[in-house]
Amino acid sequence: MSTVGATVPMADMTASQPAAERRARRRMLPLVAPAVGVLLVWMIVPLVLTLWFSVQRYNLLNPALHGFAGIENYQYLVTDPDFWASLVNTLVLVGAVLVVTVGGGTLLAVLFDQPFAGKGIARVLAISPFFVMPTVSALVWKNLMLHPIYGIAGFLWRLVGLSPVDWFATFPLASVIAIVSWEWLPFALLILLTAVQSLDHSQIEAARLDGASFVQQFRYIMLPHLSRAISVVIMIETIFLLTVFAEIFVTTSGGPGNATTNLAFLIYARALLQFDVGGASAGGMVAIVLANIVAFFLVRSIGRRMDI
Amino acid sequence: MATLSLRGVRKSYLAGTETIKGIDLDVADREFVVFVGPSGCGKSTLLRMIAGLEDITAGDLLIDGTRVNDVDPASRGLAMVFQSYALYPHMTVADNMGFALKLAGRPKAERDAKVAEAARILQLEPVLTQRPRSLSGGQRQRVAIGRAIVRQPRVFLFDEPLSNLDAALRGQMRVELLRLHEELAATMIYVTHDQVEAMTMADKIVVLHAGRVEQVGSPMELYNHPANLFVAGFIGSPRMNLLPGTVGAAAPGGTVPVTLAGGVTVSVRPAQVLAPGSSVTLGIRPEALRQAADGPFSGAALLVERLGGMTLVHVTLESGETLVAQADGNDPIRAHDVIRLAVDPSVCHLFAANGLVLSQAEPPQAKPGDLHDLDAMPSLARA
Repeated sequence: MSTVGATVPMADMTASQPAAERRARRRMLPLVAPAVGVLLVWMIVPLVLTLWFSVQRYNLLNPALHGFAGIENYQYLVTDPDFWASLVNTLVLVGAVLVVTVGGGTLLAVLFDQPFAGKGIARVLAISPFFVMPTVSALVWKNLMLHPIYGIAGFLWRLVGLSPVDWFATFPLASVIAIVSWEWLPFALLILLTAVQSLDHSQIEAARLDGASFVQQFRYIMLPHLSRAISVVIMIETIFLLTVFAEIFVTTSGGPGNATTNLAFLIYARALLQFDVGGASAGGMVAIVLANIVAFFLVRSIGRRMDI
Repeated sequence: MATLSLRGVRKSYLAGTETIKGIDLDVADREFVVFVGPSGCGKSTLLRMIAGLEDITAGDLLIDGTRVNDVDPASRGLAMVFQSYALYPHMTVADNMGFALKLAGRPKAERDAKVAEAARILQLEPVLTQRPRSLSGGQRQRVAIGRAIVRQPRVFLFDEPLSNLDAALRGQMRVELLRLHEELAATMIYVTHDQVEAMTMADKIVVLHAGRVEQVGSPMELYNHPANLFVAGFIGSPRMNLLPGTVGAAAPGGTVPVTLAGGVTVSVRPAQVLAPGSSVTLGIRPEALRQAADGPFSGAALLVERLGGMTLVHVTLESGETLVAQADGNDPIRAHDVIRLAVDPSVCHLFAANGLVLSQAEPPQAKPGDLHDLDAMPSLARA
């Protein structure tokens, strides 16, 4: 109704605003400069150093071998079959854990929103794996859960007459995915549960009156409501899952072969097992680029969801 | 098309608290029934029980004579408009209105036709492709109503639908809802805490209090013949003045003097024998009080509210009680003026100590044969 009236003052404001805003920003600059400066140095120095090392011959075992390497480190990296395997492993690990945690987290969030006895205790139990540090949970999984002799899985297998499976040897990546999913499911549950609880309950009631079954309520009301929270979970988890390291280090050390070597573990192996700082830095640059590509798409998709 | 009956309907929770304490009610076809009562009286719970969103602990709910206690909400053929509108935020207005039909698996052409028809009735055509977020409060309200219309329900349920709107819009939506009731010729049940909405919209008002029905009747019946103190105090704005008093010895001719605090005596003709000395409450509507030089009530005007068409005068009596009297809009009275008030003798209500009415006022135009209020003819005397 008032769109015509509203656009005129808006146009006025946009004409005068940039100048005033620029002036205000210039006045603010000295005040924010220290904080921005610290952050900038904090980010720029490691980035530039990594970039610098990635074009250097830099081996900790052989100080005599040094000097500018150009793109040799990168050439060596992309011709290394381990690198491509690690890239695939990284993406499979991130993707699989995201599917498990977001899918499972959404279902659990809806379930935990229903009234049932002992809900408070159940919630604390469901969320507690998130507070176990990765090294510890990896050890617990390795020795208490999946160990073919001492593990609970082995015990259950024997109970039904099957021969126990050596999970980390037979299904190494799947085992790592299981551990990481177990750690991150509570996080997804926590975020999605608060989102479920923020849903206006009368919307569900309106849908019930409209004849929606439980599945349809979930599909048409809950899921759209959760989409923003789901994108936040995906973004945050992706950032952390790209750098999964402790779980792999503790359980499989990247093996057998390169079956569980992801990019983070590859960089570690390059730098501290083979002492090739130059090659590791090249891998680090790839990791930075990869993370930025993912972040770009995620931020865009979240930005679009925020409009709803 | 649809009648609705409640038979001894009760609602209690596991903790043992009973919020609905046995309600019997009949809603006729095409009737506009308003449930009204203060917060926490159970009116919304009762509506949700009718809708099927709350279980009925005991009693029967009948729609068109069929017991529907255990029928799921969608199959009861009801549509509900929620206080918060409960629109689906990620769907367009058209999708919101067509959602029920989509779930029912109706063909798209039929859905579109019904949505278009509802949009025409509610003047929502220009916003059909927008999302609820970009709509004004009144438009959202209309979308919520449109969602109900599209389903062609047997009974419409409204849960305080206007309480989130500003005063001007509320008045406008009230008129629109009445127009809609006329146009759709549907049975409607409407919950509100606002007795003005109840008075202006209802064919039949159900006054609820603490999980019980206090009185059922047309707006003017409730206004002129409140069955008890609660209804007397709740219906009517400004409130009825309620003054405690004591019954005196019956005078010849059947009148009984009631002595109020401050020594004013009002003679009433009660429908039943009153024991001398028993305490009663006298109810006087503000419009029944008028300024008169020989009036029995005297006091200072504490506050003068000018509403334009009328003026409300809050008077502190010599006995310390406050009376609200309605005066003409241009009445020259000012605050702190000392005035005397007389009561229109034909419109007084008398309530027993247990809150039930003892004698009822005669309505302005008494219908012939409306006998039960003719035997109450209070007259006034100065003690």
